[in-house]
Amino acid sequence: MAEWTPKPARPAPASTVGFVGWARRNLFATPGDVALTLFGSVFIIWLGGVLIDWAFINASFSGDDRTACLKPVQGACWPFIDAKLGQFIYGRYPEAETWRVNLVFFFGLAGLVPMLVPSAPFKSANIFFLLGFYPVFAFVMLTGGMFGLVPVETTDWGGLLVTLVVAVTGIAASLPLGILLALGRRSKLPIIRYFCLGFIEIFRGVPLITVLFMASVMLPLFLPDGVNFDKLMRCLIGVALFSSAYMAEVVRGGLQAIPKGQYEAAAALGLGYWKTTRLIILPQALKLVIPGIVNTFIGLFKDTTLVLIVGLFDLLGIVQFHFTDASWATPETHITGYVFAGAVFWVFCFAMSRYSIFMENRLSTDRQ
Amino acid sequence: MSEKIIRIQNLNKWFGNFHVLRDINLDVSSGEKIVICGPSGSGKSTLIRCMNRLELHQEGEIMINGMHLDGSLKNLEEIRSEVGMVFQQFNLFPHMTVLENCALAPMWVRRMPREEAEALAHKYLTRVRIPQQANKYPGQLSGGQQQRVAIARALCMNPRIMLFDEPTSALDPEMIKEVLDVMVELANEGMTMICVTHEMGFARQVADRVIFMDEGEIVEENVPEAFFSNPRNERTKLFLSQVL
Ligand SMILES: Nc1ncnc2c1ncn2[C@@H]1O[C@H](COP(=O)(O)OP(=O)(O)OP(=O)(O)O)[C@@H](O)[C@H]1O
Ligand SMILES: [Mg+2]
Repeated sequence: MAEWTPKPARPAPASTVGFVGWARRNLFATPGDVALTLFGSVFIIWLGGVLIDWAFINASFSGDDRTACLKPVQGACWPFIDAKLGQFIYGRYPEAETWRVNLVFFFGLAGLVPMLVPSAPFKSANIFFLLGFYPVFAFVMLTGGMFGLVPVETTDWGGLLVTLVVAVTGIAASLPLGILLALGRRSKLPIIRYFCLGFIEIFRGVPLITVLFMASVMLPLFLPDGVNFDKLMRCLIGVALFSSAYMAEVVRGGLQAIPKGQYEAAAALGLGYWKTTRLIILPQALKLVIPGIVNTFIGLFKDTTLVLIVGLFDLLGIVQFHFTDASWATPETHITGYVFAGAVFWVFCFAMSRYSIFMENRLSTDRQ
Repeated sequence: MSEKIIRIQNLNKWFGNFHVLRDINLDVSSGEKIVICGPSGSGKSTLIRCMNRLELHQEGEIMINGMHLDGSLKNLEEIRSEVGMVFQQFNLFPHMTVLENCALAPMWVRRMPREEAEALAHKYLTRVRIPQQANKYPGQLSGGQQQRVAIARALCMNPRIMLFDEPTSALDPEMIKEVLDVMVELANEGMTMICVTHEMGFARQVADRVIFMDEGEIVEENVPEAFFSNPRNERTKLFLSQVL
């Protein structure tokens, strides 16, 4: 009987692997591909050139007023940003007190970074710091009036500070609220189900601007005289409710993807509703909808600019406000300001997006 | 052997208007092994799912270990921790490792400390012969291995009764044997078992009684010897001629 020996594996032909192989397959496979590749390259080079000209070659980098930005061929007017940076970050927060804002930013970052790094230790202490201690700390530091801190009215807050306060509150509130609403919408009890359904459909059916208007103009009409709570606070509540309605639908999508067998297996082991939900259903459902959750976060982050409508100045609002400053009126002031604000928003949103991709990969437990 | 661990009397169940279980009577003694077979849609799954109240019945009475299966919730959790169930589709929790799958219920239902629960999980994983897979995720295992994990997971609750709903139907032929071997071993140790299965070899080897169901009724029940060699009912004969 002949004995069978497997053939040894040979390396793939050189023209199909490595960079050359990749380029052949992806860039130059057909005449159409070649044309597209060439056209695309030319476009990218042209666009890059325009941007570099504007942001660096023709830009002004120093100066104290508009005269710095009136060259015949003028690019970006960076001195404008430089001069207004304090305003853009803190709004009209008193300059002597901005250290308080910085401290809040710093502790926020210090709490968030180890939370986001999966291998960092002391996760439960970290969660307690972020959800228990930090909100109180931030509230006391930012509003003042306690521990000898000068009170600062929220009407004086502005810029990135307001953007972050609104976005972070919205993000932190919308996920738990959204989860509860999504669970409620699938409840067997009709009262809970219809309440959640009604809430979700009402808030999803109206524009955020309307919600903010309602919160800032209509709400006080319903409150008894003398009860008057803060405009920013009302906006925060409006944004949190609005985004939790969206979040609920995202989470519900994940809940629906969980097979019935998971509920049955959990029930057969003796786990009750809340344990099943917390240990079996939500971890899987939320993992499935990470892209949708982050999408909602990103949408929320950018929608914070709408607080402008009720007279709060977020980052974009305050940048626009300073366009009216006559000492910086140049043809390039607007575009420079918008590019700056856009870049700041983009950095935050891009970071969220990348982190979500990182988490998706990390949590994937399929055959690895 | 005479203690009746399961008593089912005049059980009737409907899905909407569809009468799926009709006047079922069944007593099972402690340590007995019952195999249930019958054509698709005859109500086999529904019957055993009634035994741990994954399905609610409308008429009749089910007693497990002396406890009535009715509306009271406390009873329900007690019964579910007495009755283990293994499903056709395994239904492992894909986001947890094999060890976590097994330790979960002892920790959260029996309130066992983690180390103790994990030691228990290791013990049963060893019994189903896959201790070395403890830290893998279910998605990384073969079907046969997954089903053995599912058995270990149910055993970790130390149940008095094990229900199996076609545990080998979703498996490739080579894997069926490794699961059946584990089940045979379990049977030899004296576990009370109710198995819905079409593995007639298994039925011959371990069953004390074989039950044939059709159209929501128990058509015939007998010891395996007589059931296979000499069915009393025409319907049973026809069915056996198709599966054997
Ligand atoms: N949740 C349900 N709602 C309505 N009808 C159902 C439901 N579950 C099962 N049925 C019906 O009840 C009948 C019995 O189903 P069951 O799953 O118990 O059958 P089975 O004997 O286990 O069949 P199979 O061998 O295919 O698993 C079938 O006709 C099925 O369509
Ligand atoms: Mg079935």
